[in-house]
Formats: sequence, structure tokens, C-alpha cells
Amino acid sequence: MKLELRNVVLPLGEFALEVDFELQGPVTAVCGPSGAGKTSLLELIAGLRTARTARITLDGRVLQDTDTGAWTPVRDRGIGYVPQDLALFPHLPVHANIAFGAAAKGAPGAFTPEHVAEVLEIAPLLERGISRLSGGEKQRVAIARALLARPRLLLLDEPMAGLDAKLRARVRDLLQRLYREFGVPMLFVSHSLDEIAALGNEVLGLERGRLAHLERQPGPAVFPPAGPAPKPYT
Amino acid sequence: MQAVGFTLWVCALGTLFILPAGIGLAWLLARREFRGKSLVETAAMLPLVLPPVATGLILLRLCGRNGVVGAFFEHWFDTPIVFTWRAVVLTTGIMAFPLLLRSARVAFQEVPPRFEHVARTLGAGEWRVFRRITLPLARRGIVSGVVLAYARALGEFGATILVAGNIPGKTATISLAIYHAVQLGQDAVAFRLVAVSAAIAFAAIWTSEFVLRRGRPA
Repeated sequence: MKLELRNVVLPLGEFALEVDFELQGPVTAVCGPSGAGKTSLLELIAGLRTARTARITLDGRVLQDTDTGAWTPVRDRGIGYVPQDLALFPHLPVHANIAFGAAAKGAPGAFTPEHVAEVLEIAPLLERGISRLSGGEKQRVAIARALLARPRLLLLDEPMAGLDAKLRARVRDLLQRLYREFGVPMLFVSHSLDEIAALGNEVLGLERGRLAHLERQPGPAVFPPAGPAPKPYT
Repeated sequence: MQAVGFTLWVCALGTLFILPAGIGLAWLLARREFRGKSLVETAAMLPLVLPPVATGLILLRLCGRNGVVGAFFEHWFDTPIVFTWRAVVLTTGIMAFPLLLRSARVAFQEVPPRFEHVARTLGAGEWRVFRRITLPLARRGIVSGVVLAYARALGEFGATILVAGNIPGKTATISLAIYHAVQLGQDAVAFRLVAVSAAIAFAAIWTSEFVLRRGRPA
């Protein structure tokens, strides 16, 4: 995975998100205080926000380039997004929620609903309505829904916020398993240093919309860097 | 009492007739910014505030044999609009349009855009997002608007009498039949029709409120 954000200026009210960096993943943690622009960064990458100036590319494919006017529509980006509130479709049962992205892209290929449901331990919940799920169950359904669209990059906004310590540990294990099973690069926002240490092999710090630090950790064995050796950051 | 069945039927057609445009325009007004938006919005609401007779007169001019719409319709379908049941459908529909538009617009505005955003990240195009996410989530407000529009159509008088006339058995709705009965001094007939229309209006408004209440979180 190679995600480049160059010359980004995205006004955010009192300040602007102004960054210029390159990420190589495969699992990147974005950290920083509340209101630093972390969620806005995810929304920018997903295409839900438009920067005033930016050149954003994912694996060489231009997502937005304000110099040339190039813009890849949200639905064509192949970027999965799990917002903090999960945004599960309340009128659809679990099976229809998770099939939404799979149906939009035709044949599901290796990412079959059955397999994803099994890995995420939501197979017994498929017929349930969203309102009858617990917080942890909703979390797993939202991740399954994003995965079934076969994303090239999965964005997770505070995947463990609002969960107790036991559930947090479970979600952490689950994310590790997901990466091993499906190999989808992830970029997640987190407040928790534990979470970052356990998951992210690349850590990006934001403060008031500016890049505070960007470092690559050797990373836990469960997240070996994919592909050739990483290049130094610019 | 023939007027009762006729009214229920043509008003249902009138409401169906405005449904696609009402829902489409409501979505546009709720979700898109465009030049002249407030102008379109105001024009669409005009039938609510204009005297019904004024709206009727405009429709009569447009749909008469020499009017733009009337001439077009007669050319292609070899039949007139004015003073036929088609005029009742058209007039009741247009008079009810603002109520449908307003309810549907509010219903669309109440759908949190984040559901649509996520649907797009899952690869869904705009039509699929609308059909699978926006419309089902707004359905209660829309159904309520449809029922209100239908109730408004049932009571329409001023515009209908100008465009459709008051031809018993052909264009006479409940409102027109009440007026006709009063003119002839047949108060008993008039009050029977009043009772029927009150019952229908009550049922319509109660249904609308019931549908909306069911949609609200406890």
C-alpha cells in the first residue's frame, strides 16, 4: 500500500488540515488529541470531503488532484470506511447490511459473505435487525460490511471507542486476524497508545491539523510490512 | 353518493400523478444546492397560498384547447383535458402538490447523510443510494405526506370547478356535489356528504399522524 497526500489544505473551521506525507502501511495508526483533524483526514481519503488543494494518490491511482481537477468519485475509490458511529443501515437486517457493498460490486470473489461472517463471528446474527445487536456486534457487522466491498484500504475511525477493556482486546485480536486472513491494509484512528502499539506498524501523529510525527515501528509479527522494504519517509 | 366513489378514485389518481415529481423535487431541495433553488421552492409552494380560483384560472388557460398543455395533450391523445375527469385528476394533484413536497422534503432532510456517505464508500451509485438508503429511511414522512396530499385533494373545490366544471356523474367531486346540493336547497343531501367527507378527512389525518408517530424513536 502506498498512500500519498501531497500539499493538502483542507479548511476545518478554526484551523486547516495542512499535511504532506506518504504512508506505506500496511497498518497505520493516526493519533492525536480530540479535534486535531483525524476524522477529517479519514473523510478526505475516503472522498467525503474535498480539500482546497491536494494531490492524493493510492497505489499510484489519483484520488484527487486540484492542479489537474482530477477527482475519483467516492464509489470508485475502493476505500472502505467504518465511521465511529458505524452508520449501520437501520432499516436493513445484518445480512442485507453486509451484502450491500458486495452486491454493488457484483460477484464477491474470495470475500464471500459466509467466510467474512465466520471470521468476524457474526454468522449467528445474520437475520437480526440492527437495533438488536450489542455494541461489539455492531462493530463487527460494520467491519464485515466494509470488507465485503473488497477495499484496497480500510479506514477505521476509533474502532475501539466506547468498548470496555475486554471488548477492546477482542476487537484488537479480530483486527489482527482480519489482516492475516484478508491482507487488506488498514488505517485507523485511535486515542489509545495500547491499541497503536498492538496494531499499527506505522504511526502518524496530528496536532491542530499539522503533522506532529510520522514513524515506522518494527511492528508486531502479526503485521509484517507487505512487499519490498519500506522507503524512507519524505 | 356516486360523487364519493368518484372523488376517492380521481383523488388517488391525482396523488399518484404528483408522486414522482413530488419525491424527485423534494430530494433535490433537501440534498442539492443549485442556482434558483429558492425560486423553484417558492413556485412549487404557490398553490398552497394562491387563491384556488386563481390557480384554477391559470390551469384553465394552460389546459384549454388553445393552451400549451391542452393543445399538446389533444394532439397526441385526441382528447381534451378540461371539463373531463382528467381535469379533476390534474387540478386536485396540483393543489395537493405543496403538501406532499413539504412533507417529503422534511423526511429527506431528516435522513442523516452519513448513511448515504457510507453507502457510496461501499460502491453504490447515486440511484442505488437513493433507492436502497434514502427513500426507505424517509418512507414514513413520505407516506404521511401522501396521505395529507390525498386529504387535501379530497377537499379541493375552487380550482376544480373552474377547470373541470360541475358535471354530475362526470366531474362532480364531493365538494362540488355539496355546493350543488346547497344551491338546490337539498340540505339533507349536503349534510350527508359533509359527514362522509369529514369521516374521510379524519381517517386520512389520523393515518398520517399514526404513520409519523410509529417512525419516531421512543
